[in-house]
Amino acid sequence: MKRLLTLFLCLCTFAGFAAEPTETGEKGKAFNPGEVILHHVADSHEWHWFSTDNSNFVTYLPVFAYEPGRGLSSFSSEKLAEGKTYGNFKLEHEKLVTLDGGKVYDFSITKNVAALAMSSLLLVFIFASVAKSYNRRVGQAPSGLQSLLEPFVVFIRDEVGKKSIGPKYERYMPYLLTVFFFIWFNNLLGLTPGAANLSGNIAVTMALALITLLITLFSANKNYWGHIFAPPGVPWPLYIIMVPVELVGVLVKPFSLMIRLFANITAGHIIILSFISLIFIFRSSATGFIAVPFGLFISMLELLVAVLQAYIFTLLTAMYIGSAVEEHHHDEAHSPDNDFGTAEQRGGGSNLAHLTRPDVAAH
Amino acid sequence: MSLITPEFGLLFWQTLIFLLLLLLLAKFAWKPILGSLKEREDSIDQALKMAEQAKLEMQSLKAGNEKLLTDARHERDQMLKEGQAMAAQFVEQAKTSASEEAARITQQAREAIQQEKNQALAEVKNTAAQLSLDIAERILRRELADPTAQQQLVDVYLKDVKLN
Repeated sequence: MKRLLTLFLCLCTFAGFAAEPTETGEKGKAFNPGEVILHHVADSHEWHWFSTDNSNFVTYLPVFAYEPGRGLSSFSSEKLAEGKTYGNFKLEHEKLVTLDGGKVYDFSITKNVAALAMSSLLLVFIFASVAKSYNRRVGQAPSGLQSLLEPFVVFIRDEVGKKSIGPKYERYMPYLLTVFFFIWFNNLLGLTPGAANLSGNIAVTMALALITLLITLFSANKNYWGHIFAPPGVPWPLYIIMVPVELVGVLVKPFSLMIRLFANITAGHIIILSFISLIFIFRSSATGFIAVPFGLFISMLELLVAVLQAYIFTLLTAMYIGSAVEEHHHDEAHSPDNDFGTAEQRGGGSNLAHLTRPDVAAH
Repeated sequence: MSLITPEFGLLFWQTLIFLLLLLLLAKFAWKPILGSLKEREDSIDQALKMAEQAKLEMQSLKAGNEKLLTDARHERDQMLKEGQAMAAQFVEQAKTSASEEAARITQQAREAIQQEKNQALAEVKNTAAQLSLDIAERILRRELADPTAQQQLVDVYLKDVKLN
């Protein structure tokens, strides 16, 4: 671990006061808000902190490129900065390409990967210390960080896990809690100036949605597959239509998770950046009197969205898992009392989801 | 557009790091946290149950005490009544025995008096008889010089004796 960290730090080169023209302050070239905003919400190979009139504060991150047949090469992204080429590589709109047109897999520690590693370390650090205070303060009231985070843990367990999954909720709690706090923390960190837009990156949300899909599929029972391949109460000729629809539904659920989180977080960032860009578009600091309050308002809204989106992702994940592990879905006739008495609670859970969905759609 | 095309590298790192995070948190955070929460909830549940039980016990204890108290009161009343009855009986007994004793003593006294009286009377009689004898002797000695007179006197006496 320590060696990896050393390697990482060696490959990072911090370049302050690099006398380079800055993107926004450059005279003569028109300010292009679209480009600036996309640059801010997208991933990049260097961590651009801020710029002054004649210098950029940038941390150059390590590049790991794997070329099939040629092997792995690693170097600092400084070598590729400002359109430079290094060996066989160059960056085209932040995408690593080879000069000879060969295939390359980019395993670089990009800004998002660095942010991901740091936020993950932060999460481990925070929750390990919370867990430690649980062990240290047995039989005592929670205190400090522990009492701050405990309500969220209990909420996810009781209102999301128990209600949406049912009696088998316990095995899924680690995933639900991890995904909730991962999304929430990264949403909040993403709002920090200079930080990476991690949870608004589609690769990140895609990975989370894929894990949800895999968990759902691997924990699915007979009932779940029965509903897909032989929907009860449907005449068999309709299976020709119903089965593909149900199969598409299996994929659409995680796809919607992926898009929802990505779109909500990225949209929030774009709105804030748009308000700030107004100042540069009009080239007048007076615009700030409008742009700053609006930006502040959206930022406040984003604080709410940060926790809301984490909750929605977790709740929907729990509901998908719940539908996969549920016993006796519709045919309660042959065993009505085998429902663990949670049908009503689960009904409450889905009502909540119906309440939140239009809001999500509207956002 | 680069914004909506997932980067392979980030997808790879995200999956790897997230799964690692999941493992670490599950082992070092969620397990102890959820365990402690469950433990705490169980202990609260248990404490509440115990309090409820203690309340019930207290109630039954109170009811028992109440019963004991009424029983004691009842017994006391009983004892008091019995005591009173016994005392009355004693008094009654004492009264009767006292009156009996008094009667007996009176009787004895009466008997003694009667006896004394009889004795005294007998003594008086004897003395009187002795006296009469003495007188009679003296008279006789004087009178009975004459035999007719003697006879006459004997007759008179005899008559008197019969009259007595």
